[in-house]
Amino acid sequence: MIEIQGLTKRFGSTTILDGLDLEIPTGQCTVILGRSGCGKSVLLKHIIGLIRPDAGSIRIDSVEVGSLGYDDLANLRRRFGMLFQMAALFDSMTVGENVGLALREHTKKSEAEIRRICEEKLTLVGLAGIQDKKPSDLSGGMRKRVGLARAIAMDPDYVLYDEPTTGLDPITAEQINLLIRDLQRRLHLTSVAVTHDMKSAYAIGDRLCLLYKGKIQFIGTPDEIRSTGDPTVQQFIHGEASGPLTDEVGAVRAGRKA
Amino acid sequence: MNARALQSPVGAAGEAILEFIAGAGRLALFLARFAAELPGGLRYRRLILRQCFQIGNQSMPLVVLTSIFVGGVAALQSSYQFQGAIPLIYVGTVLAKSVFIELGPVLTALVVGSRVGASIAAEIGTMRVTEQLDALETLAIRPVRYLAIPRFVAAVVMLPVITVFANAIAIVGGMVVAVARVGISVHTFTRGMRLLFDAHDIYGGLIKSFVFGAVIALAGCYFGFTTAGGAEGVGTATMKAVVACCVMILVADYFLAEVIFRILFAPK
Repeated sequence: MIEIQGLTKRFGSTTILDGLDLEIPTGQCTVILGRSGCGKSVLLKHIIGLIRPDAGSIRIDSVEVGSLGYDDLANLRRRFGMLFQMAALFDSMTVGENVGLALREHTKKSEAEIRRICEEKLTLVGLAGIQDKKPSDLSGGMRKRVGLARAIAMDPDYVLYDEPTTGLDPITAEQINLLIRDLQRRLHLTSVAVTHDMKSAYAIGDRLCLLYKGKIQFIGTPDEIRSTGDPTVQQFIHGEASGPLTDEVGAVRAGRKA
Repeated sequence: MNARALQSPVGAAGEAILEFIAGAGRLALFLARFAAELPGGLRYRRLILRQCFQIGNQSMPLVVLTSIFVGGVAALQSSYQFQGAIPLIYVGTVLAKSVFIELGPVLTALVVGSRVGASIAAEIGTMRVTEQLDALETLAIRPVRYLAIPRFVAAVVMLPVITVFANAIAIVGGMVVAVARVGISVHTFTRGMRLLFDAHDIYGGLIKSFVFGAVIALAGCYFGFTTAGGAEGVGTATMKAVVACCVMILVADYFLAEVIFRILFAPK
């Protein structure tokens, strides 16, 4: 389980996360929703220790992430996989080298065994037989799939997805959603996804959370979020131009003009 | 510089001082991390060999071309200055001394440094802005150990090797010009080279190039790792790396000359 308490992060004078509390249960996919720039990716990077909080705590199975030194944090990260927004594949390596990098670094498996595992993971994401291709030879959707294969190469307990469907056409996006759901069921993962794509959120999420003003505004199942009377949530899930999410910005701008 | 700083020169000066202190702090932290990761990074032999190949093999055409002309112009200008005052046999003497001690190591470092420093900063900077460095961290791989140390080791190993080739090519280039354009015989030229030859000149030059290799790799890695922003950030980091390489090589050259030729190999 991931427990986040009072998480606060500021960049300069801007407060991105403001005492955020959240529990992410084991074996489920929790989706963090929110507008662009609201701090979703920052939250994800705190979970895996890429960003240190200004205040608050993150506990992974009761281990406090902020208190870990570099070696312990590296050990903790071996239990994680992360899919980045633009896949973040290593350009200078082949697909096989990308997927097998952690295996080559952290295990004593033979090259043949690593190639077999890479092929197995690539088959899981529907991309068998492309180990010798370069990332530059792949489409956006294929790059995301390779990123996903790399994320699950070490059989992690936790997988983090940063905007898994951003920049993909609707069909490829749906394929990625099905893939995430399928991996979730097959590998019994604990997943955290951040997105502003509601279709993706409904497809992959067991629990949906709305991040607003640096805090979690709402938590619930897809059905609960659809039926809630919270106007902020309703504006977000229906993508309406006016409402609590945007009116405040409009009011501030109007106030400045006056 | 922001709008507030533009309105106040004091504010602008304060902002520049703060940025300088912050930059010094970032550099100190990077060097501390680099030193801590150095022993662990030496195990990446395959990556080190790949970097040696890239630095050595890809720099050689440029080094060959520049060294020929460096040797040629040194021979031409020394013969011009000696005319009517100093016997031309000393053209070979001066050429060998200046190439081994100064021209070979420094000009090779400037040529290779501009190319390699820029390449390292651009590659690591691009990895920074495309989240590839974050991806390495999430795979529990230390980016400084995995990326910076192999480049550093390759640079400090390869720069002296390239300098040896550059020295030889510059001497040949100088001899060709001395014979073909100045009218000195090959025998006279080589006898001149041997007149005041001291092996310490070569050793000193190679010690310099070893240090220059370290400067080039560190500048490229530092500006690559501290890249911020998108394509513009990568461009800025690359430009800063090239400028830092060139300036640091010339500054280090002076201090190395003091240490090597006035203390280490001081005439007895």
